[in-house]
Amino acid sequence: MSDTRVNPAGGLTVQSLKANPRQARKERLIRDCLGGTALVSVLISGLIIWSLFSEAWTFMVEVDWGSVWDIGWFPRRGIYDIKTLIVASLIVTGIAMIVAGPLGLGAAIYLSEYARPGVRRTLKPILEILAGIPSVVLGFFALEWIAPNVVKTLFGGPAAGSLLAAGIGVGVLVVPLVASISEDAMKAVPMSLREASSGLGARKITTTIRVVLPAAVSGLMAAFIVAVSRALGETMVVFMAGGAAQTAVYTHDPLEGSLPLTAGMTSLARGTDSVVGEGLTFQSLFFVGLMLFVVTFALNVVADRFVHRVREQY
Amino acid sequence: MAKARLIGDRTNKMMVQAMERRATDVRGRVFQITLLVTLLISLFILGVLIVDVVVDAWGVLTGRPSGFLTGTMRSLSGDPKLGVQQALVGTFWIAVFVAVLAFPIGIGAAIWLEEYALKNRFTRFIELNIRNLAGVPSIVYGLLGLFLFVKSLGGLTGGKSIASAGITLAILVLPIVIITTQEAIRAVPQGLKEGAYGVGATKWTMIRSQVLPYAAPGIFTGTLLSMSRGIGEAAPLLLVGAVSGRLGSNPGFFDFSAINAEAFMAMPVIIVEWVQNSGRDPGFAEAAAAAIVVLLVFVILMNAAAIFLRNHFEKKRG
Amino acid sequence: MEQAEPEASPRLGLDIDRKMQAAVPNSTGDTVFEVEDLNVYYGDFRAVQEATFTVYEHEITAMIGPSGCGKTTVLRCFNRMNDLIPIARVEGRLDFREVPIYDPRVDPVEVRRRIGMVFQKPNPFPKSIYDNIAFGPRVCGMAKKKSELDGIVEQSLNRAALWDEVKDRLKDSALGLSGGQQQRLCIARAIAVDPDVLLMDEPCSALDPIATARIEDLMQEIKNDYTIVIVTHNMQQAARISNRTAFFTAQLDSTTDQRCGLLVEYDRTETIFSNPSDERTENYVTGRFG
Repeated sequence: MSDTRVNPAGGLTVQSLKANPRQARKERLIRDCLGGTALVSVLISGLIIWSLFSEAWTFMVEVDWGSVWDIGWFPRRGIYDIKTLIVASLIVTGIAMIVAGPLGLGAAIYLSEYARPGVRRTLKPILEILAGIPSVVLGFFALEWIAPNVVKTLFGGPAAGSLLAAGIGVGVLVVPLVASISEDAMKAVPMSLREASSGLGARKITTTIRVVLPAAVSGLMAAFIVAVSRALGETMVVFMAGGAAQTAVYTHDPLEGSLPLTAGMTSLARGTDSVVGEGLTFQSLFFVGLMLFVVTFALNVVADRFVHRVREQY
Repeated sequence: MAKARLIGDRTNKMMVQAMERRATDVRGRVFQITLLVTLLISLFILGVLIVDVVVDAWGVLTGRPSGFLTGTMRSLSGDPKLGVQQALVGTFWIAVFVAVLAFPIGIGAAIWLEEYALKNRFTRFIELNIRNLAGVPSIVYGLLGLFLFVKSLGGLTGGKSIASAGITLAILVLPIVIITTQEAIRAVPQGLKEGAYGVGATKWTMIRSQVLPYAAPGIFTGTLLSMSRGIGEAAPLLLVGAVSGRLGSNPGFFDFSAINAEAFMAMPVIIVEWVQNSGRDPGFAEAAAAAIVVLLVFVILMNAAAIFLRNHFEKKRG
Repeated sequence: MEQAEPEASPRLGLDIDRKMQAAVPNSTGDTVFEVEDLNVYYGDFRAVQEATFTVYEHEITAMIGPSGCGKTTVLRCFNRMNDLIPIARVEGRLDFREVPIYDPRVDPVEVRRRIGMVFQKPNPFPKSIYDNIAFGPRVCGMAKKKSELDGIVEQSLNRAALWDEVKDRLKDSALGLSGGQQQRLCIARAIAVDPDVLLMDEPCSALDPIATARIEDLMQEIKNDYTIVIVTHNMQQAARISNRTAFFTAQLDSTTDQRCGLLVEYDRTETIFSNPSDERTENYVTGRFG
């Protein structure tokens, strides 16, 4: 295995099969640069956690915990009633899921099981366009159209912003999300299962409800969890159509206005041009943000597990 | 014999009944129609949304379209100089930041993950991390921008500047760029890679000559989607501190000194601003609708192009 | 098949050492590959076990055997294509012209420039016919001038017996060619970098009989310039074209309870097909299993 040994036929040696050093250096450099870009994502996660924790920690250490369970959200007066924000968030998310669940799932079943290819090719892109509508636009729509035409006429609520208007708006926003993840899950169910069911004489509706949906249940769970996470984190619709500005008294009536977590944060930043307010106002922003981050993170991890289960099954 | 005959008759009758029932499977029809209705409701909402916005915006858009595009922020909706130019400038620069930062870093990371990374624990951690980043609410990115670019690095970025906003949104769309690019790269047939290696291509030569050209339409689709997400995103900008009220200056599109100036506006934020103003001055609702139409033109065009491109290549490549 | 000729070469004893099989007499040329105790693992799974044989210059060496017997795996060791599978691991000696190609100092890219490969499914790049052939010479920096490159392209297509069919449409996409033409294009692409050896992984399995015949003729023509190692599912093909044949089979490994590829017999093709020394080879070539 000596490097200098020359083969009588071709004179091939280990040396001659060595990499061209310039090329090897270039390859290594490219690999390292690309690896560096991949590490940026880890850096970003680190920075997010660091920024949230450092400010939220100050809040948790210095805040008077009595003010965190109080009558409402008045951060500039030192009253940080988290329960107001959480309840508002839960109401909005609940309404959003009542809207988005059936609509998204129905659309997904139709597209996956019933739509002929031509119909699918037309309808699906439209749903995808809906997915791309910015949330400010949905916020405007919730305030200017849903509130007077749906909340007021159907539910007798105010024509201006309310948790119900915001919830419906958020629901519309997450319909395409529910539809697309559910559809992927149902498409992943092998054709052979459907054929087996039809072969036993089951009707299409029976096949769909008894065979396809149960087989896709992990994916459907993932769709709902991701949608909940997205609804909790949605900001602009609840901020614009939630019916409260900057402060809110505790309420659990969907027809009233209140501040979900995200809207509370936005109001705070929006109230004055400079977020640095009195006392712990600035820090409270990060405290609320941390709660939101932790909850959505947990939901996303769970949803990820469900998605993986689908992949492993089929 | 008689008994067998009886059973045969009964079976026969049942079959006829069953087949007749099948021909009019009411339950199945109702189910199918219900499903179609749910889908149509969503599409109907999209239609109503667009019609509602366009109707509201009609006066402004037909009355003084160029004045609206070149006008600036004003305190009264009746002001003839009211318009979105400052917001367009801001959104333009945000798009530049996204293109310059998120695209190369995102595409690079995706190439590394798909072609270089060993399938080990560390790689799985990075991929999980990216999926989670994609699910982090946009407002949390706003907090990151506020803490890091406005406060900590304020000297560099100019605080509540378009630079802070642009970098924040670039970070926000980075996971989307990575994930869509990864999907595009994964679709490259193994045969092409082996063919290139087989004639002595190095890894990078193989990537440059085979993987990237083949994945290009998919990567481009991803960049379009993430760009449209980036320019439509408002929540982080509110935290990073787009101004409320009046923006003093009106920088031109290529006024580089304005990038780290302590004031900026962007299309989605001007919409929020005007919607809020409509409480005291209802005319602002129309201005907001007009701004939405301007924003939607960009966003829908980008999305439609991305969807068309993807479907076109999916069909072509089977 | 050909086992009808009972007179063939002298029968080798059943107890023969595999290393002796490797040194089959009447080798016409120099040794190209020297394989000794080659083991290939995918993670914990052993795909090939202790293969030992020698490939000679200007010959066609065929590897036959049932599916999952590791023949493709061995082929892909010859130009370190297995490196592309992260969990693959190779043990044992594999010398290419007396150079151990799994030596850590050896760059797989340099190996692949000397040892070309043609794949099971024709895999032309989605580029023009010209660019497909020119790809290798370009990445290897072989041609400085356009005219040189043109020369290489024409010569390679000529050798692959494709020039007359495509000379008027060199700028057309290679994907417009028929399957057989695509595979000849891939052969032309492989020989454009002037390799020493051509590895062919079931190059005709996706082709019709006429296209297959053309590729087989082509191989006979170019074996004067190259050494060819071919994996094939088709025993008749091996019998028709090859000088030597290696018969692999999959054997149940009693310790791990997994199937593992094993080189049963390696000899001149006539011997393998007419007078094999191993019962398993005989059963396979007479169609009793596989």
